[in-house]
Amino acid sequence: MSSLRNQGIPDAEHALHLLRQMLRVRRLEEKCIELYSAAKIRGFLHVYIGEEAVAAGVMETLAPDDAVVATYREHGHALLRGVSAGAILAEMYGHAEGCCRGRGGSMHLFDAATRFYGGNAIVAGGLPLAVGLALADRMAGRQRVTVCFFGEGAVAEGEFHESMNLAALWQLPVLFCCENNLYAMGTALGRSESQPDIALKAAGYEISAWAVDGMDVLAVEEAARRAVDAVRSGGGPHFLELRTYRFRAHSMFDPELYREKSEVVRWMERDPISLLQGVMQAAGELPAEEWDRLKADVDSEISTAVGFAENGTPEPVSELTRFVYSDRPDDGGYTGAGGTPEPDTTAGKGGAAG
Amino acid sequence: MKTTYREAMRAGLRDAMQRDERVFLMGEDVGRYGGSFAVSLGLLEEFGPERIRDTPLSESGFVGAGIGAALGGMRPVVEIMTVNFSLLALDQIINNAATLLHMSGGQFNVPIVIRMTTGAGRQLGAQHSHSLEGWYAHIPGLRILAPATLADARGMLWTALQDPDPVLIFEHGSLYNMAGELDDDAGAVDIDKAAVRRQADGQGHRNGDTLTLITYGGTLPMVLDAADQLAGEGIDTDVIDLRTLRPLDAHTVLDSVARTHRAVVVDEGWRSGSISAEISARICEQAFFDLDAPVERVCSLEVPIPYAKHLEEAALPSVERVMAAARRAVGADG
Repeated sequence: MSSLRNQGIPDAEHALHLLRQMLRVRRLEEKCIELYSAAKIRGFLHVYIGEEAVAAGVMETLAPDDAVVATYREHGHALLRGVSAGAILAEMYGHAEGCCRGRGGSMHLFDAATRFYGGNAIVAGGLPLAVGLALADRMAGRQRVTVCFFGEGAVAEGEFHESMNLAALWQLPVLFCCENNLYAMGTALGRSESQPDIALKAAGYEISAWAVDGMDVLAVEEAARRAVDAVRSGGGPHFLELRTYRFRAHSMFDPELYREKSEVVRWMERDPISLLQGVMQAAGELPAEEWDRLKADVDSEISTAVGFAENGTPEPVSELTRFVYSDRPDDGGYTGAGGTPEPDTTAGKGGAAG
Repeated sequence: MKTTYREAMRAGLRDAMQRDERVFLMGEDVGRYGGSFAVSLGLLEEFGPERIRDTPLSESGFVGAGIGAALGGMRPVVEIMTVNFSLLALDQIINNAATLLHMSGGQFNVPIVIRMTTGAGRQLGAQHSHSLEGWYAHIPGLRILAPATLADARGMLWTALQDPDPVLIFEHGSLYNMAGELDDDAGAVDIDKAAVRRQADGQGHRNGDTLTLITYGGTLPMVLDAADQLAGEGIDTDVIDLRTLRPLDAHTVLDSVARTHRAVVVDEGWRSGSISAEISARICEQAFFDLDAPVERVCSLEVPIPYAKHLEEAALPSVERVMAAARRAVGADG
């Protein structure tokens, strides 16, 4: 069972903080599902429910100028990296107040201020980016770490192997965090990998790799801290396989024909939030009123965020063709799309284009 | 100064590396081998293995790493041996480099330069000979350059590195040995405008013997050759070198067509869905009433480029085919 029970709670205040972080992600996404069902937000929506201990544990170990690369199931990563719930929800509303001004949506959250580099919907597409961010740090002599989250489905892509090889070959400061939730959409790991031991694959590239209980936030944090410290002090790339499970369907369109309900129920017994909550309560570190206060705080944060998103302004169609190319100060706003007198401007006229 | 296209490229690289310490070159065999086309020969000794960085044969990995390094504040120049191999990196180029600025709502620039060879004519078979720059020119967010002259080979790289957005430079393999004079102080060049490489001189035999030849990259020398021979036949031509396939400078093309009233587009890519199709369409959309004849196109035949010399030659645009198209355009083909 969980090392949570074995190691006890060394620091009640810190444990409470981790509990709060996981609950923030849970509540944000429960709200996303509600808003999706109400047709307030659209597109693909992939929630992280059940996997919160991974993002909560890893993010805890990062410094403000480290970089984070994530996948399309990244609301939790964005939130715990410091992007506000309001900016995340406003993005899903397609509002100007969204963290990408409505151009990214649920799958493509970005934030320069917190060095959050997405939000990549191609399963292994973020891995080479993480390698490059780490390369830039290495070449510039900066002691920064780049953390790259990806699912176990990405392990089947060539970019996974190319990235492992490059990172190890060049000894780059990157931490790969494989969120192994056992299913790539509906394809079980055993049906997609000849060798399903993912940490072993990484070790094959001469990368220090461990498998970690991804439902145990303390175990995740401890492993991540050890790995991040090693990466930061010049130990080259490290790899964590975080064994977790998503309680909900792959997306809102997924009928979940590929797994038994009983399997989901069995994993839900190890819900990372209840697990930490239970241990804290058993140790007398989480009085009922503290837990109630925590829930109320988080609920209040999320409802404020919904209000912020709800009252936002739709990103104007007149801005549609911005950010295809950079605005350049020296030539009066050349954009190649909206600024030059292109004959075919149907794409630039928004509403007129139908 | 006497130089070659290859040496001009190298001079551009050296210059960029000296001027900006964030610039580094990365790709297959760029270091110890000296570059597949010897463009980077000697640069490893000059700048060291950190900045002249050999990569494994993993196009998606190292192009993606270049994009990440650009996000991280570097100014990477990534070399891919040929455009054919760049297809292994399409995900990174199209799904990341071209989209990150937009998807992030303007937060993340990708100031990467990706260089690669393109084109046929050296009997290398289909998987080393295609001209796919027109495909890349389809993608919003990318800037597509095709240096066709020594000055552009020398100067485009620096301009490209000043661009905050991803720039792809296509170097036609047949141009590397092209030799000629280049000014000693040659430097950065404009990459926003097409160039008029030859101006019709009004010496056509009769009214109506003028036309605009439009091309770029590896076919420019051939088109200039054809233009000389056409002049001997009394056909007077403007020759336009597009230089930048995206964003396309249609003005220079349209201005010329407004004067000559005829156009022939020469493109080593295949005709269907090509950059020549785009240029032809723009002329029809914007200069239809200036035209005295249908727009002609000279493209590669629609086959994978074959190995055998006579077959390869027959598949590619040639001086003869350009001249025949020009004669048709001016109604001088009998």
